[in-house]
Amino acid sequence: MKVVVGQGSCGVATGAKKTAAEFEKQIKEKGLNISVEKTGCVGTCYLEPIVDIYDDNGEITRYVKVQPDKVSDIVEKHLMGGEAAGDHEISDIDKTFIEKQTRIVLRNCGLIDPENIDEYIATGGYEATKKVVTSMTPDQVIEEIKVSGLRGRGGAGFPTWFKWNAAKASPGKEKYMVCNADEGDPGAFMDRSVLEGDPHSLIEGMIIGGFAMGATEGVIYVRAEYPLAIHRLEIAMAQAREKGFLGKNLFGTDFSFDLRIKAGAGAFVCGEETALIASLEGERGMPRLKPPFPAQKGFWQKPTNINNVETFGNVPWIIANGGAAFAAYGTAQSKGTKVFALAGKIKKGGLVEVPMGLPLKDVIFGIGDGIKNDKEFKAVQMGGPSGGCIPASLIDTPVDYENITKTGAIVGSGGMIVMDETTCMVDMARYFLDFTRKESCGKCNYCRVGTKRMLEILERITIGEGKDGDIELLEELAVKIKDGSMCGLGQTAPNPVLTTIKYFRNEYEDHIYNKKCTAHSCKELLTFTINDKCIGCTLCSKKCPVTAIHGELKKKHEIDQATCIKCGKCEETCKFGAIIRD
Amino acid sequence: MTCKNSGCQCDCSAPDFTELAPVMEKYAKTPGSLITILQKAQDIYGYLSMDAINYISEQTGIKPAKIYGVATFYSQFRLKPIGKYLIMLCQGTACHVNGSEMIEEAICEELNISDGETTEDGIFTLNNVACLGCCSLAPVMMIKSADGDETYGNLTKDSVKAVLKEIRAREV
Repeated sequence: MKVVVGQGSCGVATGAKKTAAEFEKQIKEKGLNISVEKTGCVGTCYLEPIVDIYDDNGEITRYVKVQPDKVSDIVEKHLMGGEAAGDHEISDIDKTFIEKQTRIVLRNCGLIDPENIDEYIATGGYEATKKVVTSMTPDQVIEEIKVSGLRGRGGAGFPTWFKWNAAKASPGKEKYMVCNADEGDPGAFMDRSVLEGDPHSLIEGMIIGGFAMGATEGVIYVRAEYPLAIHRLEIAMAQAREKGFLGKNLFGTDFSFDLRIKAGAGAFVCGEETALIASLEGERGMPRLKPPFPAQKGFWQKPTNINNVETFGNVPWIIANGGAAFAAYGTAQSKGTKVFALAGKIKKGGLVEVPMGLPLKDVIFGIGDGIKNDKEFKAVQMGGPSGGCIPASLIDTPVDYENITKTGAIVGSGGMIVMDETTCMVDMARYFLDFTRKESCGKCNYCRVGTKRMLEILERITIGEGKDGDIELLEELAVKIKDGSMCGLGQTAPNPVLTTIKYFRNEYEDHIYNKKCTAHSCKELLTFTINDKCIGCTLCSKKCPVTAIHGELKKKHEIDQATCIKCGKCEETCKFGAIIRD
Repeated sequence: MTCKNSGCQCDCSAPDFTELAPVMEKYAKTPGSLITILQKAQDIYGYLSMDAINYISEQTGIKPAKIYGVATFYSQFRLKPIGKYLIMLCQGTACHVNGSEMIEEAICEELNISDGETTEDGIFTLNNVACLGCCSLAPVMMIKSADGDETYGNLTKDSVKAVLKEIRAREV
């Protein structure tokens, strides 16, 4: 029997370490001989901390939201009494969150201890590497990936086999395999989960890719904001080296391959290949013109291939099960599965891996169980700052590269931020422009100055100073920024603005002409009033920081609109629902 | 710490970089290591002082202007000292949608500082960051200190204030 506590970043953030410590303490106190182990992110983030108890017969009982105060009950009933502590067990409905998924990349996440290579090996780990280096040629590996139809999971969706083949075809002895683990899209966290929960699958994917293209060295470029991911990768690499899976003469062959980690320093633009290479070389992460492509001249001017974490995570599975098995999932153009990070105003947030082509509705309502607090679904933002907002009317859109691109958004790295009626779409556009403006490296004028100008216009609109012609000016700037920027950051930065104008033009117009925010979210456009539910308790007037609320005790109060600063304190304070936000 | 400038008559204490010396030994002559060196220097001293930049320049032969250029390009690097606890408030999309602005207001209210600033007692520094990757627990913040990194999720105005009060009580 063993107790396994999910300790990805999400789990740790909800107190999983304290839960694990409490289990250890109580098991010791009771004199039980049961080990407490850890695993990575299970993916059902909304149920953290998650504890799995493995009985001796292999049966697993999952307990959810296990805060330290629940531990004693589970220890007494399950560990000592041998009966499941039903109150804390995962419900049948919550079980479907994972049951409805098809897990290839996440196959081991939440099941194995990421800090123990033997657990990975027990699942068939490193068999694919062995098969590749001992019995396949680089061309056969590339062919298998071609058959699988695997496309880059970082955003662009470029065929993986093609990149590997180009790097292989490039002349030169010294070549590099690079993993882009600089998950920069604010709202995507699938790469973090793989790094934290199944680091060996990434390592294996890189070895196989390195073998195919002829690289002997690999670099993993990880964001510094993911300290736990770096920590677990370091452990995994050391263990792999010890077992002889990394280093010289793998599996007794001539092929040698080793890896190192480079911690990024925080720059969104480094998701762009040439910027990432500049950063690896210790420079400012600024993109350069292509060609030459990294496959010809990359890291230290040598042929280099860059793939993202999720892409590599698929590779060992494809080799082990065959490209055709992978291609059996998905649509004609978009093969396999894709991991989505479901977050925002969603009831059940977490990681969802499904075959490509599943309708959006099945992801958001089928798996995510719809909108928090039963509000109305308004839109879903896909592809982060380079993507766009897909409105509720397009909820039946199949999620694959082609169909999502048609809506004006992109699949991107797979972030899905769900929004409800209280989310202002103009504010969303402003938020993303603020992000891209800060993250623009400054090389291209249109991106550097253009995003700033667009942001200024959006800021004006959200504070009620929008003018006739603003929407048209935004559209004109958007087109020019797209045309006038060298890299993907600038070329896609206007997308959130263009899609929100396309689908929510009325909201822009409401802000500009009626000085109203439909979602009641833009502070400057709000008015707070008091209705007849007011019993005159005076609490709001006491809390008001500018004493804008007047009235006698036990009589209805009034808000002086000229003084009100729209901070919303009264609304928070009122226990009778008497404050109306409009 | 004594003045290392030869012939210096003052009793000033010029900055001492002995802790950084092993890092320099390992990386100074390895091409492409500037970011790693800056990260290690910041880990040791908490920020990158002009003195540190000059020292790194002397050791690596890279011009201070270029080092400054790299240091200011990446959001991780700081040129000013920070408080004992660094609050990294997530401003990712999920956090934004779930009210991270409100959490920022609560922090500013509680500590009387705004983004990028440090409290007078040197206990807290507030930094807005792009995304911590705990999107399902939005809004989220991470507090970094010598004791390690602690992440807090599902924040509310009250819970964030309670966390800060608890840390402050420990410190005073």
